[in-house]
Amino acid sequence: MVPIMEKPLELIIEALLFASSKPLSVQEIHRCLPDVPAPDIRAALTGLQTTYDAMERSICLKEVAEGYQIRTRSAYAPYVLRMLRSSPSRLSRAALETLAIIAYKQPIIRQEIEQFRGVDAGGILRTLLEKDLIRIMGRKTIPGRPLIYGTTKKFLEVFDLKDLESLPKLKELKDFGSGDEAAVHLPEEDGQVERFKENETRSGPEEQRLPFPKDREGPTA
Amino acid sequence: MDYEVKLEIFEGPLDLLLHLIHKNEVDIFDIPISTITEQYLAYLEMMKALNMSVAGDFLVMASTLVHIKSKMLLPCSDEEGEEEDPRNEITRPLLEYMRIKEVAQELSEREILGRDVFPRQDVSWYDAEPETEGPSLDISLFQLIDAFRRIIEKSQSGAMMLTFRHERWSIKEKARLILSLLKERKEMLFDEIFSEDREVPEFIVTFLALLELVHIGVVKVFQASCHTSDIRLVANFEVDGTEELGEDLTL
Repeated sequence: MVPIMEKPLELIIEALLFASSKPLSVQEIHRCLPDVPAPDIRAALTGLQTTYDAMERSICLKEVAEGYQIRTRSAYAPYVLRMLRSSPSRLSRAALETLAIIAYKQPIIRQEIEQFRGVDAGGILRTLLEKDLIRIMGRKTIPGRPLIYGTTKKFLEVFDLKDLESLPKLKELKDFGSGDEAAVHLPEEDGQVERFKENETRSGPEEQRLPFPKDREGPTA
Repeated sequence: MDYEVKLEIFEGPLDLLLHLIHKNEVDIFDIPISTITEQYLAYLEMMKALNMSVAGDFLVMASTLVHIKSKMLLPCSDEEGEEEDPRNEITRPLLEYMRIKEVAQELSEREILGRDVFPRQDVSWYDAEPETEGPSLDISLFQLIDAFRRIIEKSQSGAMMLTFRHERWSIKEKARLILSLLKERKEMLFDEIFSEDREVPEFIVTFLALLELVHIGVVKVFQASCHTSDIRLVANFEVDGTEELGEDLTL
């Protein structure tokens, strides 16, 4: 057995993180360094994070999916993508919304998912399962024994989330109320138009809205 | 000649409703139901005229809107006064949907793996020694099916022909075989259980037997996090008890 503490703890942990292809949890690191108490490991990880940030290198240490992983910073994405010869992985708006429903409402069955968006979700659920972003958690004990869906660890990794608790908070329903800006300015509008431009370069913004016959006459009550 | 236009602008009826509410700049808690219904129906007409397939979901929402509109026209019959606003039937789901759209947008703005940030690539040129105690993931049915497809593809080049004659292999028999192999070894590779199989139906029976064994919990299936690495089967029973386990199979 190698006398493990001959090297500085932070650097040992850095080596482990570098050599691992997936996020390492404090427990996993502790398993490699049984003599080091978990709080010391946690402190060393925080130390490493600070060091990386201070160095202003192109990589940093992120806490994701209840573990730690060395990742490139987003500013360098275009270059990395060129090296990987791939286009950035994307989810359609519908897939993203379905994923959000599952993330916030899990465990959830298909029928409930479809109620949220008002459309069939079969195809999208398949895609999300194939991408390993959601998983089948079991079957509900009601007639038809429908499948129950939930998110995976991969979901946390992909969306840069520590755990499910760190999902962005849902807005209160009443906050969409009258007098509020939100009433006239729907929150999704800006992002939606922007994404259309990115994804469908062929359709200009004017094609995104069907010509509506009453447009020129103004609303009639 | 017919010209088919396919536009994926509105995913569903709720998307269309939100669009109308925004376009008319109305308060979601005070939807002018008559205007919105009228415009919604006009949109459906337009979609039909454009040869867009109008899904049943759109029609259901149309009838809901018309129903609400008619309810609003009726005088409030309730003596007690405070009657629930018929519009709540659509306001509530719309709000829920807006909430989801908002967080979906927030999620898409995060630093997404494979789009904005990248980990180190999987180093798969060396095969780490498989260790039973080591970190391994339970695998999904899709991964198992992928592995099975690879086995089938390996066994025969060319088109896959399925001919079922009378049953020559039974799941029970194959399950016993897998169990006896595991009894000797405690752990084996996914591919190995197929080593004796020659024909496609036989592969399938072996595969079904494995699924059954996993289902009743006597075999565990693992794959290291890398998707191309070997799938391992691990016995999940005391070595002595296999005879009875074989009998317990409800097949």
